[in-house]
Amino acid sequence: MGGTDGLAGRVAVEGLVKRFGPVNAVDHVSLEVSSGEFLALLGPSGSGKTTILMSIAGFEFPDAGRILIGQEEVTWTPPNRRNLGMVFQRYTLFPHMSVLENIAFPLKMRGVGRAEREERARAALATVRLGEMGGRRPAQLSGGQQQRVAIARAIVYQPRVLLMDEPLSALDKNLREEMQIEIKHLQQRIGITVIFVTHDQTEALTMADRIAVLDHGRLQQLGTPRDLYEAPQTAFVAGFIGETNFCEGQLAQAAASGESVTVALTGGGSLPAIAAEALPAGGRIKVALRPERLRVLPATAEGTTARVAEAIYAGNATTLMLEGAFGQPLRARIPAGAGLHEPRPGETVRLAWQAADARAFRA
Amino acid sequence: MSARRPSRFRLGGRRYSPAASLALAAPFLLLVAIIFILPLATLLHESLFVPAPTTEHYARAFAEPVYLRVMLRTLRIAALVTALALLLAWPMAWVMSRSRGLGLALLAAAVLLPLWTSVLVRTYAWMVLLQRNGVVNQLLQQLGLTEAPIRLLYTEGAVVLAMAHVLLPFMVLPIYSALKGIPEDYPRAAQMLGASPWATFREVIWPLALPGVTSGCLMVFLLALGFFVTPALIGGPQQMMIATLVSQQVREMLDWPFAGALVGILLVFVLALTLLFKRAVRLDRFVGSA
Repeated sequence: MGGTDGLAGRVAVEGLVKRFGPVNAVDHVSLEVSSGEFLALLGPSGSGKTTILMSIAGFEFPDAGRILIGQEEVTWTPPNRRNLGMVFQRYTLFPHMSVLENIAFPLKMRGVGRAEREERARAALATVRLGEMGGRRPAQLSGGQQQRVAIARAIVYQPRVLLMDEPLSALDKNLREEMQIEIKHLQQRIGITVIFVTHDQTEALTMADRIAVLDHGRLQQLGTPRDLYEAPQTAFVAGFIGETNFCEGQLAQAAASGESVTVALTGGGSLPAIAAEALPAGGRIKVALRPERLRVLPATAEGTTARVAEAIYAGNATTLMLEGAFGQPLRARIPAGAGLHEPRPGETVRLAWQAADARAFRA
Repeated sequence: MSARRPSRFRLGGRRYSPAASLALAAPFLLLVAIIFILPLATLLHESLFVPAPTTEHYARAFAEPVYLRVMLRTLRIAALVTALALLLAWPMAWVMSRSRGLGLALLAAAVLLPLWTSVLVRTYAWMVLLQRNGVVNQLLQQLGLTEAPIRLLYTEGAVVLAMAHVLLPFMVLPIYSALKGIPEDYPRAAQMLGASPWATFREVIWPLALPGVTSGCLMVFLLALGFFVTPALIGGPQQMMIATLVSQQVREMLDWPFAGALVGILLVFVLALTLLFKRAVRLDRFVGSA
C-alpha cells in the first residue's frame, strides 16, 4: 500500500467558514496536510475541530471556503464519493454483520467480488492484529477491539486519507495509550494521511507530526508538537498545551514578536521575557512560565525568592506550590531522581529561569 | 460483553414469593379467564360437540363458496391494510426517530391522538368523508374530475383505507422504536465507506429496522383479521369480513356452533402466524443488535 505519489494524499482547507446561527463554528481556517502526514486537530469542545473534520468528510457544507483532496476540489461532493476512511468516536460497526462482513462492506460497495473481498478483509483484520476474530459479532468484542476493527474497515479499500474523530475517547487510559502508539505505527507502515480530532493534548503530542490548535473556531497555531510546547504563539496555546504559570502585568513600550521585554507585574516587581507575539504599548500582558522550567535553588541574598507553601509528591516529580514571588502563587516542578534540591514546606527558595522560557502574550 | 440469553421461568422478583406474585396478578388473570377464556372455550366447545361430537361445522366453513370467499377476502384485506399501513408508517416513523423535543412531541401526538379516539368515531368520520354527498365526492365534482357522485363507501378500497388509518399507530410505534435505536453514526459510517443513500438504506437501515417492521406488520395484520367495526360500517354486506360473518351467525342465524367454528379457524390462523413470526423476530434479535 502506498501513498508515496506526492500529492494524492494531500488535504487542503482554504478559508473555511461555517456558521451555526449566530455562532462562527469555524472562522476562516486554512491549513494544509501533506501526503502521509499525521495532523491532529486539537481544541476544547466548541473550538470547531469536529466541524472542520466533518467538512472534510462531507457531512457539513461550508458557508465559505474550499476543501481539496489530492488535486481535486471536493467541497460539495457527497461523502460516499470522497473515498476517505473514517473512524468515529462512538462504535459504528454494524451490529447485524460479522466482523469480517463489516470490513468487507466498503469493498462490496465498490463492486469487489466475493472471494477478493474476503481475502482483503482478512488481510486488513490481520493488520490490526485481530486475525482470529473475523467470525464474531461486534457486540462480542471489547471497545478497543471494536475500534481496531473500525480502523481495518476504514483502510481496507486503501483510501489516501483517514479521518479520525476522537476514536479513543471511550477507552480507558492504559488501552488508550497503547492504541495511540499502535495507530501511529500503522499510519507510518501504510503511509496514509491521517487527520485526527482530539481534545486531549497528550494524545495530540504523542501521535501527531503537526498539531493545529483551535479555539472558538479560529486556528491559533499550526506546528510540530515541539513548536507548540516550546514556542506557543498565543496565550491560549501556552495555557492549553502543557501546564503553565501565568503572571499578569503591563508593558510600557510596544514590542515586536521575538523581542526581549521587561514586563511590570501587577503583583509588584518586573519580569524579563521574550515577546511571543507583537505586543502593544500599555496593553495588558500575560507572561507564561512553565513549572518544570523554573529552577528551585537554595535561597541566597539576591534574586527572586519564594516560600514553599506545599510540596506534592507524585512519584516521577514533585510539584511545589510557591508563594511570594511576583506577588502571586506559582507552581514549580522538580523531576525525581536527578538529585535536585527538594525543599520542604515553609522553606524559602530562590527561583531561576532562562529568559527565553518566559514568554509574553497579549492578555 | 457476553450475549444475553432470555431468562428462565421466573414469577415475580426476589422480594415476592411466587404465591404473593400470583396473588398480585390474580385480579387480572381472573378477569381474563371470565371474560375471555371462558366464553371462547364455550364457543369452541359448541363448534366441536353440538349437537354431537362433530367436525361438520368446520367442513361447512370450507365447503361453501360464500364462506370461503369471506375468509379469502379477510386475508386479502388484512394483507392490503398491512402493506398500506407500512407504506404510510415508515416515513413518519423515520421523521419521528430523527426529531427531538417539541417536534417529536407534536409528531407523537399526531400518531397517538387517533389511538385515544374511539374506533367508532374514526370510522364514522370516514363515512362522512366517503358517503354519496360527502366531502370527497363534493371535492371531486368541484374540481371537475367527476360528473356525478361516485361510489366510495361500501367498496374494498374504502375498507382498506379506513382500516389502515385506524391501525396505523400499531405500525408506526414499533418501527419508530426500532429506528430510534439506530445511532445516526451508522448511516454516516456507511456513507463514508462508499454506500449511496439507497445502499445505506438497503444494507444498514432496513436490516436493523426489520424487527420493528415485523412486529408492526404482525400486529396490524392480526388486528385486521379480526376487525369488526370498520369493515362492518364502511364495507357493508358486500365487503363482509370474517368478524362480521361471526356476528351475523350469532345474532341473526343463532347458529352458535358454526360461529364457534369460524372463530376456531381464525384463532388457529392467528396463533400459527404469531408463532411463525415470533420466531422470525427472535432470530433477528439473536443475530442482530445487542
